[in-house]
Amino acid sequence: MDDLFADAVKALLTDQCTPAVVRAIEAGQPHAPLWQALEDSGFVDALVPESAGGAGLALADVYAVLELCGSFAVPVPLGETLLARGLLAHAGVSAPAGSVVLGTGQLASDGRLHCTQVRCAAKADWVLVSCGGACHLLPMASAHMQVAGFCLDAQLSWPQTAWDQAQQVPGAHDLVTLQAALYAAQLAGALMAVFSRTLHYANDRQQFGKPIGKFQAIQHQLSVMSEHAFAARMAAQLGLRTEGAVPDRLRVAMAKARTSEAALEVAGLSHSIHGAIGFTREFDLQLYTRRLHAWRQAAGSESYWHDVLGQALLDSPEPLSLELIRTLTDVVV
Amino acid sequence: MSQLDSLNPSAIPAQDEALRHEVRAFLTEAMRGVPAHVRARSWMGYDPAFSRELGRRGWLGITFPPAYGGAGRSAFARYVLVEEFLNFGAPVGSHWIADRQSGPLLLKYGTEAQKQRYLPAICRGEAFYCIGMSEPGSGSDLASVRTRAVPNDAGWLLNGQKIWTTNAHNCHYMIALVRTSGEAGDRQKGLSQVIVDLSLPGVTVRPITDQSGDSHFCEVFFDNVQLGPDALVGDEGGGWDQVTAELAFERSGPERLYSSIALFDEWLAYVRTPQGRTPQAQRLAGKILSQLAPLRAMSVAITEKLTLGESPVVEAALVKDLGTGVEQLIPAAIADDLFSREAADVPAELLNTLNYITQVAPSYSLRGGTRDILRGMIARGLGLR
Repeated sequence: MDDLFADAVKALLTDQCTPAVVRAIEAGQPHAPLWQALEDSGFVDALVPESAGGAGLALADVYAVLELCGSFAVPVPLGETLLARGLLAHAGVSAPAGSVVLGTGQLASDGRLHCTQVRCAAKADWVLVSCGGACHLLPMASAHMQVAGFCLDAQLSWPQTAWDQAQQVPGAHDLVTLQAALYAAQLAGALMAVFSRTLHYANDRQQFGKPIGKFQAIQHQLSVMSEHAFAARMAAQLGLRTEGAVPDRLRVAMAKARTSEAALEVAGLSHSIHGAIGFTREFDLQLYTRRLHAWRQAAGSESYWHDVLGQALLDSPEPLSLELIRTLTDVVV
Repeated sequence: MSQLDSLNPSAIPAQDEALRHEVRAFLTEAMRGVPAHVRARSWMGYDPAFSRELGRRGWLGITFPPAYGGAGRSAFARYVLVEEFLNFGAPVGSHWIADRQSGPLLLKYGTEAQKQRYLPAICRGEAFYCIGMSEPGSGSDLASVRTRAVPNDAGWLLNGQKIWTTNAHNCHYMIALVRTSGEAGDRQKGLSQVIVDLSLPGVTVRPITDQSGDSHFCEVFFDNVQLGPDALVGDEGGGWDQVTAELAFERSGPERLYSSIALFDEWLAYVRTPQGRTPQAQRLAGKILSQLAPLRAMSVAITEKLTLGESPVVEAALVKDLGTGVEQLIPAAIADDLFSREAADVPAELLNTLNYITQVAPSYSLRGGTRDILRGMIARGLGLR
């Protein structure tokens, strides 16, 4: 089921989300055509129950789609909206038209609601904001926006009245864990993209009369890249393995920590192997390596999640760490 | 690369997982009071009585067919058992190689007579094996081995020398990679595997003391050792392919991520105390866990490939190289944590375990293939060679 679904998403992204499209949207060209194509495909409603017009998939089933958001450097909030619509459907709230991103806010003394960095906000229609234990849906149209960090990310603020009047989403929602599960999967996809592009380049690029991939030093760097990419992919897959409607926080901690560590290693090695060409805007590598750094920072870096895992391990009464290792990795088919 | 794409989370079947409870109950009793620096030796620990007890309980050769004394269970059943042995630090070194790779090798390539002769004793924990691969002039370049078995009227006449043979001084048999035809320049051609009874005249075994003070590695000399005609294992000239298949078993198991686990758990016990707990230690605990857990999942996924009859050589090399990194990080990072503290209330047993693991850790990245060799294998799998 999920493989067919992922194959269809891949075909659409291959056609509609080329590196040229990614560049254009990052440069401020209209993103509506790409978003509309994704919306028309129905993929964005993957987690919405079939009774409500969605595909009714489970979280583990959408891993492949979220990974593709990374490997295609999708410059619109496909993954964010997919997860947000699932959350809204389970909370009994009908999703608004358009895309939704996720943010954490604070009501400040200036009487405004501030979100310090919302991923992909520059291309979104709505923001699901968690603040003080509540969750509200705010329109981007009324937000004050300043691009912050990665070119699609932004700092947002609204007057408090906007928060008060916004649609409330019932229940307690851990948006940070949900986002971390998403960015772990996207990192896994981007890691594979960077690795396979670097492998291709090493086979192509000739120096000293032969492809640089024939040199043992380069081969070993590529081997190390593959180790990180595959370990990260395994961790990211486990991050979405859950019986319930929300991801397991400890599995996500493992997933985001491991993918973030891998991001740093793989980005560094890929640029080292590419040399100067990989540093240019013209060459596609940067579309993916800039995202490795951005998503490593998103929803908690590796140390943030190491703290979470470490606390669970130290609070556990089990004398064998194997018990938590099994809890994190055992799956049922 | 395409073959690596399919490494996905795999489930340990419930009937195999069910073994865990039973083996854990046994180990909890058997390992009670054993100090951490002893448990840290685990599959480097030699205890024939313990091996016989495991054999009596049906936990050795569990994947072998019942006709040869096994239980006919899957590779997952063995995975669960050895994962528990390793995490409890059980002294499983005596039978380790026989159970892990010599037995499966005989099962795959041996004659019916060889299987009936050798496998039941492995399952009873009475026959211990070592692997004769490296020689003084043949380490990473294994195809250059010079030890030679020459056919004669009585079978094969063996001459030469092996080195870095784990546990040879405690073993009954060696399965050795030797040249049976051609010259060293013929490389992989002309190599075969023979089984050598180490009690035969002409065999000399000399242990080598390592930097930790233990003796696992040995030199083994063969001076006109007369082997029978049935000493050949598998095909004459097929030794290289057989060794390659054998190494997939050697490199894929859980021993490639749990080598430092006794130290990690002992350090965690200290960090769980009020005086031991610090934010820095908590973060480090999480870092190590976040690296170990995905490796465990990869190791289980490789086990599934073994149960499907595949030979996941490249994946096994990948997991071993990555696993070595974590295993060697553990003593380095724990030492930094303990000695970045002002207070000196660290238990002596923890320090002794740290000292042992620090000294033995260099062996992780040489046994079963050096890091350079493993990365070369991965590169070949990626199509770079």
